[in-house]
Amino acid sequence: MTPPDRPAPPLLQARGLRFARNDEPVFGPLDFSVDAGEALLVQGDNGAGKTTLLRVLAGLLRADGGEIDIDGERTHAARRARAIAYLGHLPGLKADLSALENLDFLCGLQGRRRAQLPGHAMAIVGLSGYEDALARQLSAGQKKRLSLARLWLSPAPLWLLDEPYANLDLTGIELVNRMVQAHLRSGGAALVTTHGAYAAPPVRTRLLVMQRPGLEAAA
Amino acid sequence: MSASAPTLASAARALMLRDLRLLWRRRGDALQPALFAVLVVTLFALALGGEADALAGVAGAVLWLAVLLAGLLALDTLFRGDAEDGSLEQWMLAPVPLGWLVAVRTFMHWATTALPLLVATPFLAELMHLPRGQLPVLMASLALGTPLLSLLGAVVAALTVGMRRSGILVALLALPLYVPVLVFGAGSVTASAQGLDPVGALLLLGAGLVVALVLAPLAAAAAIRIALN
Repeated sequence: MTPPDRPAPPLLQARGLRFARNDEPVFGPLDFSVDAGEALLVQGDNGAGKTTLLRVLAGLLRADGGEIDIDGERTHAARRARAIAYLGHLPGLKADLSALENLDFLCGLQGRRRAQLPGHAMAIVGLSGYEDALARQLSAGQKKRLSLARLWLSPAPLWLLDEPYANLDLTGIELVNRMVQAHLRSGGAALVTTHGAYAAPPVRTRLLVMQRPGLEAAA
Repeated sequence: MSASAPTLASAARALMLRDLRLLWRRRGDALQPALFAVLVVTLFALALGGEADALAGVAGAVLWLAVLLAGLLALDTLFRGDAEDGSLEQWMLAPVPLGWLVAVRTFMHWATTALPLLVATPFLAELMHLPRGQLPVLMASLALGTPLLSLLGAVVAALTVGMRRSGILVALLALPLYVPVLVFGAGSVTASAQGLDPVGALLLLGAGLVVALVLAPLAAAAAIRIALN
């Protein structure tokens, strides 16, 4: 039992995180934290550095300063992989493999929750019947749904979702919200970038507003 | 949370299975390096006039060159497809080291491009009138040399993966690294043709292979991280 006077550390905490490209600051220094069961909505205009922030957190880019703690422990990029599932602009699907083969490979590479099966996850994201369709035959929205299925199977507690609503129809947006809700209920957390045009998932939400360099404000 | 985290072996198995499936889907493309090598060797044989004596003298060098050029032709496909569709990003986010995945991918690339050539080499050697006694040395030098070429090539391919079209740059970067391999590889066959002991050259190739096996995947992984920045 943890004593009540010491609350659990936040799932993700960033302190003084900043990133520059060719000496030109892209964002930061930023301070924020996300608890388990919480979503952090990252808002900002195009070019405000939302995608870059998520890529830094995921470990695809190296931060120029600051610290990232997972579960209260200082981590470097390679160690964070176990705790983070990332949904980026590129789906990472092989066009010549079927939807299910793609999912099988990504699960083999990144791990899979024991109770979940790829076929089941495809049904959840509304792709049942497309198991044997080649990824090249899927629409952009269907590819996004397939990536969501990968996320659903991932054992990582922290989801980094970069524009998860892009290319999705109304039921797809609803699906993202329901998935985030279920993930948070099971003790996970999510960072969601959006430029503000879509409804946020109905969950406990913090807001991080990013602006062009120099003017960041965290709420 | 109960989860099955991937081990080194399970991640490698998943990647190998994926590559084999992709190879099967695009089996026409898979034959390209082998066909290219056959083409080069055939043209050499025709250009040299088909005289057995003339061919036998250069057979070892021509076969080595054909294999090297075929490998160079296939080099750009090593990581480019995975970089363009975002697969490399997912590799970097996997809980297994990127260097390990690079090593597995390079092995599969060698197995699908260079291994068919090794199988075809005895037939090509016959076409080039290579004296039968030199065939074991040629096979041994290729068996040690082609994985070394693939590993060196992986570093070069990783360095250029961030560029939209690398074209001739891959060849320019790779050739200086390939030269020593070619010198010792073809040299071992020449040595055995002259009645000298080819073991020294083969041992050097083996030593190079061991060093590359350890260092090349790490270097290639670092290069990929830089290229995708």
